Amino acid sequence: MDNDSILNLKLFRFSLICAFFLLAGAFPKLAFSQESTSGSPEKKFDPKDVILEHIGDSHSWPVVGKITLPLPVILFTDKGLELFSSAKIKEEEVNGEPQRKTYQGAHYTYTAEKDKIKVVDSSGNIDEAASKKVWDFSITRNVVSMFLAIAILLVVFLNIASSYKEREGKAPKGLQSFLEPLIVFVRDDIAIPNMGIKYVRFMPLLLTIFFFILINNLLGMVTIFPGGYNLTGNIAVTATLSVIILFVVNLNGNKHYWKHIFMPDPWWLFPIMIPVEIVSIFSKPIALMIRLFANITAGHIVILSLISLIFIFKTLWVSPVSIVFVVFMDAIELLVAFLQAYIFTLLSSLFIGMAMEEHH
Amino acid sequence: MDLVTPNLGLVVWTTLCFAILLFLLGKFAWKPILAAISEREKSIESALAMAEAAKEEMSRLTSENDELLKQTRIERDLILREAKQVKDHIIAEAKEVANVEGTRMIERARLEIENQKAIAMADVKNQVATLSIEIAEKILRKQFEDQRKQDQLVADLLKEVKLK
Repeated sequence: MDNDSILNLKLFRFSLICAFFLLAGAFPKLAFSQESTSGSPEKKFDPKDVILEHIGDSHSWPVVGKITLPLPVILFTDKGLELFSSAKIKEEEVNGEPQRKTYQGAHYTYTAEKDKIKVVDSSGNIDEAASKKVWDFSITRNVVSMFLAIAILLVVFLNIASSYKEREGKAPKGLQSFLEPLIVFVRDDIAIPNMGIKYVRFMPLLLTIFFFILINNLLGMVTIFPGGYNLTGNIAVTATLSVIILFVVNLNGNKHYWKHIFMPDPWWLFPIMIPVEIVSIFSKPIALMIRLFANITAGHIVILSLISLIFIFKTLWVSPVSIVFVVFMDAIELLVAFLQAYIFTLLSSLFIGMAMEEHH
Repeated sequence: MDLVTPNLGLVVWTTLCFAILLFLLGKFAWKPILAAISEREKSIESALAMAEAAKEEMSRLTSENDELLKQTRIERDLILREAKQVKDHIIAEAKEVANVEGTRMIERARLEIENQKAIAMADVKNQVATLSIEIAEKILRKQFEDQRKQDQLVADLLKEVKLK
């Protein structure tokens, strides 16, 4: 009886999909006829711009469509600090042409070119030399999304920390029971196997890295308003995390670690081995940096490319194909979100563990 | 190229944010959470160990009980056997005593009977003698009532004496 109804449901869905494609086949002209009637000269769709715009950073915070929220621009110039809203220099499209807006700050006049803050000289041209002296510490949308991630992490974990206090010695409940396996996983399957008994000192770092990467990976997959940024696919973020790991690894390296680098075993290999070992100090965090960056960025690019197919082919009938693939990719990205957080944490703890390893 | 050039602003913000996050979570979340988890694990472990120990204690007690029961049973059997022996012994002894006493009493009775019989016999003899004398007297008296007969008898007796 139950099986029958499921089968019927499947059949029903299948026939719905068939009907959709039949319809699409029956009215191929419909889509194009709409295109041709829209009149005004079409601006050529370039998926590259859209994709790079998305995976990069921006001074404005898109909400829906063309609506964006302005974000604060913070600049350190050679003459002093500048603080103003990004709305004042927002590029606007007028008749399909990007129109620059300039803002007279305290020290210079600023404008945005391709979302980069530039200094404009008195004649209205961009002054590249002066622009180089201006350091941009703005709250960009990636920074905002990082704040969001941090707020979520703080709320969630301070909350479950208090529920640990309340329910001391009892079985976990609710959110606590959802996150406890992850925490225990980081401890038992990442930290302890790689670092042995010294793991306790590094648990806060590993847990923070794991959940920071995980929440940002996941927020990057949320396609509506507060989420959807490519933060963990931003080289600045992954580089920062990797540099932290670089410091932690090398500050915790014991004498065997340094001996291994500067006094490798056969002395006559010194000229080759010492440079190789020194390179390896840096290659490990660089690998971490690139791995996370490339994985997350690639996922975003693939999904956006699949969506772009609809606009490249200029027909709505491609959308089922796009959607099927995007859903598939989203599922993979969900896996990757966990996987990359795991791998980053695992390799970090492996490197720290290797640096602390006693001589065998 | 933009994509792989780290933006200094974002680097600084990330460093700052991460440091703050690490500090706050490390102090107020990870520490109590990890402590609570390991505390719970320890308590679970000790509870399991205690359960195991209790189980062992239980099995030890059970085997001890069995041993005790077995010993008790053996002791009981022993006591029962002893009691039976004692009983048999007592019965046998009593029987013997009764036998001896009975025999003795029978013997005494027999002797008594013998004595009584002897006394009775003697009495009967006396009486028979007395009766015989009385009868003989009576017969003699009868015979000597007649003078002639007396003479006759004397004559007879004399005759007999002469003959001798």
